[in-house]
Amino acid sequence: MMTSQAPVHTPASIAEALSLRAAHPEAWLLAGGTDIMVYLEAHAIDPPGFIDLWQVADLRGIDAGADHIRIGACTDYTAIIDDADCQKHLPTLVEAARTVGARQIQNRGTIGGNIANASPAGDTMPVLLALDAIVELQSEKRGLRSVPLADFYTGYKRTVMAADELIAFVRIPKPSAADRLHFRKVGTRMAQSISKVVLGGRLRFDGDTVSEARLGWGSVAATPVRSTIAEQMLVGKPLSAQSISDAVAALAGDITPIDDVRSTADYRKSVARRILRSWLETLAG
Amino acid sequence: MKIGFRLNGAETTVDVTPMARLLDVLREDLRLTGSKEGCGEGECGACTVLIDGKAVNSCLVPVVQVRGASVKTVEGLAEDGRLHPVQQAFIDHGGAQCGICTPGFVVAAAELLERDPNPDAVTIREALAGNLCRCTGYQKIVDSVARTLASAEEAGR
Ligand SMILES: Cc1cc2nc3c(=O)[nH]c(=O)nc-3n(C[C@H](O)[C@H](O)[C@H](O)COP(=O)(O)OP(=O)(O)OC[C@H]3O[C@@H](n4cnc5c(N)ncnc54)[C@H](O)[C@@H]3O)c2cc1C
Ligand code: FES
Ligand code: FES
Repeated sequence: MMTSQAPVHTPASIAEALSLRAAHPEAWLLAGGTDIMVYLEAHAIDPPGFIDLWQVADLRGIDAGADHIRIGACTDYTAIIDDADCQKHLPTLVEAARTVGARQIQNRGTIGGNIANASPAGDTMPVLLALDAIVELQSEKRGLRSVPLADFYTGYKRTVMAADELIAFVRIPKPSAADRLHFRKVGTRMAQSISKVVLGGRLRFDGDTVSEARLGWGSVAATPVRSTIAEQMLVGKPLSAQSISDAVAALAGDITPIDDVRSTADYRKSVARRILRSWLETLAG
Repeated sequence: MKIGFRLNGAETTVDVTPMARLLDVLREDLRLTGSKEGCGEGECGACTVLIDGKAVNSCLVPVVQVRGASVKTVEGLAEDGRLHPVQQAFIDHGGAQCGICTPGFVVAAAELLERDPNPDAVTIREALAGNLCRCTGYQKIVDSVARTLASAEEAGR
């Protein structure tokens, strides 16, 4: 183990954090540290510096508006799990948060860190994709800009975030009463496991007809992804044995899992098909 | 960098590398060796401490992040020479064997009992899922935590 000797900047406000970010674009942003500290332990590298966001109070907390819930990037999982508005409006996000690591990780890991770390296996992103979440990036020069999470990732561990930006908030439209939500994580055991496949789902119904479909996935591609071809198979008609089979079959064109130490591509594909079918069949009744 | 925080109730200042792990600062600079290192990567919970009342893995916390915070380690659980009820329960109910995991378990359990003084077995297992034990098979640990309130009441503690 090598202790990083890098300097750490300790902003107390968003404004201060943004000007430090502009002045030191090479420094790493540090939130709960649960990804970074493991990374530093495993790699012999000493970053040029850090900007510690942990004590920037304005980046923390959950605000429920009329149409949206806005979560500060440095909000930890326990805060999400315990929040009454999240429990009421975003039950799948709460479920996902409850499966991240165990209590010690939930007390420290942040939603902004999960999104920015850009692991294809991150557990909140499938749910956030299904909810049409918007990432609010902020910089000193250009202020806030909103990027749909669906457009945030550009490749393995690559995002649209600029060197002078940070994730300030995640804005999530409140699901309507016509939405059916779903979260499913297939891992090796409940707590502390990195997932093999994650599905976040949302179907909106207009009477019997599916008017909107969102299927967000983890660990099935180089980034968190939506399966847009499968989604299209479901829209504009009632759920039926046919539309479910079409959607499940279409997944093959949407996802590109890999073999790795945790699982194989074939296993992941069959798990993805199985958990999608199982949710849709439950919904179809 | 000088970093000030409350440690087991006492104001403390250390002059250390800001990215040093809290675990190392506790064990090496402050000579509090109750917190153990099992894995160094957040998997085993042997290094669990409370920061502002929340259980965290001190192997994953750079010390710079505790400035102004209140840190409690296993050494600070006992009060006025009396063990914390969950420590006593581990003794009474055989919750420890080799003991290496025990500090992490009792600190994590102390956080749980603060939120929920009388948790059921499912709640206990969930709260302690981030702590690994190679010896006990967990049942005696769960029993110890489950009986903390009852044994404290019995003993009139
Ligand atoms: C034992 C263990 C178990 C875990 N289990 C899971 C799991 O089940 N599911 C899961 O999804 N993850 C899991 N993780 C990974 C990790 O806990 C999460 O990804 C967590 O949300 C990371 O947040 P953080 O605040 O700790 O990030 P940090 O480690 O502080 O940062 C992670 C990355 O995000 C960047 N970053 C942080 N905040 C911002 C911001 N506001 N703006 C821009 N960039 C930012 C950092 O520069 C860094 O690149 C686990 C980790 C451990 C150690
Ligand atoms: S040593 Fe910190 S979790 Fe294992
Ligand atoms: S008592 Fe030995 S590891 Fe738990």
